[in-house]
Amino acid sequence: MSDIQSPLPGTFYHKPSPEEPPFKAPGDAVAVGDQIGLIEVMKTFIAVTADIAGTFKGYSVDDATPVTAGAVLAELD
Amino acid sequence: MAIERLFIANRGEIAVRVVKAAKALGIHTIQAHSEADTEMLAVKLADEAICVGPAPSKDSYLNIPAILEAAKATKADAIHPGYGFLSESPAFARAVEEAGLIFVGPSADTIERMGDKVAARQAAEAAGVPVVPGSDGRIDVSEAVSVAEKIGYPVMIKAAAGGGGRGIRIAKDEAELKTLAPQAKAEAEAAFGDGGLYIERAILSPRHIEVQILGDGETAVHCYERECSLQRRRQKVWEEAGAMCLDDETRESLCASAVALAKAVNYRGAGTLEYLYDEAANEFYFIEMNTRIQVEHPVTEMVTGVDLVAEMIKVCGGAKLSMTQNEIKKTGHAIEVRLCAEDPFLNFMPWPGVVATLKEPTGDGVRFDHFLSEGYQIPPFYDSLLGKVIVHAETREATIDKLVEALESMEIGGTKTTAPLHLALAADPEVRKGVFHTQWLEPWLEAGNLSATKGDAA
Repeated sequence: MSDIQSPLPGTFYHKPSPEEPPFKAPGDAVAVGDQIGLIEVMKTFIAVTADIAGTFKGYSVDDATPVTAGAVLAELD
Repeated sequence: MAIERLFIANRGEIAVRVVKAAKALGIHTIQAHSEADTEMLAVKLADEAICVGPAPSKDSYLNIPAILEAAKATKADAIHPGYGFLSESPAFARAVEEAGLIFVGPSADTIERMGDKVAARQAAEAAGVPVVPGSDGRIDVSEAVSVAEKIGYPVMIKAAAGGGGRGIRIAKDEAELKTLAPQAKAEAEAAFGDGGLYIERAILSPRHIEVQILGDGETAVHCYERECSLQRRRQKVWEEAGAMCLDDETRESLCASAVALAKAVNYRGAGTLEYLYDEAANEFYFIEMNTRIQVEHPVTEMVTGVDLVAEMIKVCGGAKLSMTQNEIKKTGHAIEVRLCAEDPFLNFMPWPGVVATLKEPTGDGVRFDHFLSEGYQIPPFYDSLLGKVIVHAETREATIDKLVEALESMEIGGTKTTAPLHLALAADPEVRKGVFHTQWLEPWLEAGNLSATKGDAA
């Protein structure tokens, strides 16, 4: 089990756009480099990717939540 | 009715600028802030502060009901919108007026009219201001050639129903137009269900020149021009007053045209008319009007000595302009560079750090407009502008030298800034000569000029 942390402070989004489903759902396989979310920082969107493989357990914060650098965004099993 | 209690509905460096100007006029200042901005400098400097909502702009600085409620709760009699956010929202200006408060800017009707591209172009033409020659509204493919002959090549072909630059084509002669116009029509039909076209003269590699105006609703004056051709992703990064590429006669007619339009719309407050300048043809064309104070207003203040923010507060409080055109004199040259919390060596990646150390640039003719202090965590929720370094000297050459000194003496520790970009630009021979246009900076960056210069070490 491991955590995916935010690389930057900003606003964390689960989805590529408000109308689309989240990048990952619980039970999904996660490969190294898979995108799990977006961080909006100073009007720029930056991809959050997994740096280890596993099974997606869930998001640790709600969609569109302000987060600090290092905050846990999601957990893998 | 002079303004007594001013509510500042903005953040960052412009909020600091407005608070300072209002306090100097003896006005009580009330600073709005989001939950993420409780520590910002304008909050500390203002007489009082009030939270208008959570961090996201849409819930705070763009939330009209929350702002009006806060303004009423603090017994404000006027609202200054700064730039960005709600500064050019007719709905906001109207809501402020309807609440019985003064909006520090033009009327909602003027904002609406000048914010509409077609209406602004018509107002400009009616006031005798040159606009980019183009077709009178939509045309079809068969008319394109005769219209293009009249306005002159190269021409830009756009979808009449389009927007945002989609499907724009440039034809340099009749043969190209005959090939491209049917393509543009087919694409417009597919994209918008409307094959109508619009063509206008393509101004290739223009300079961006703008004129600062001030109005009191009855009369208007100009405070000369600025040149803002150094842009990245359509954002200005370096601005100058004046535009060295203009001869006196062109400058005079440019500024007179801006005053004519400001008078024609009974403009109140500070405003800017933006133009494209075709240097080869020595012709300028109005493109749009910004009905607010602008980021780069300090360069104009440096060369004219006019306090634009104080003047806009006074005229919106009902005063007449405090100066006539003849009293506005220009001395020397001024340059402003925008310092953003970005890493210029990493494709301008945002860098919202904590300001560990701050040593401000100082000296005669040096001004630093910012909202930083040691220990300040730059919030990640808003744009990356941290401040502006503005320098003033007798000649353009001396101004650039002073800019280099100012940037080298300044220290902002704990965060990345775009200062190395400005040092590299200041060292560039073409920038030194003033030979650039709006399409100059991006290819310069792509060619690796930034990492190849001494800016690297800064």
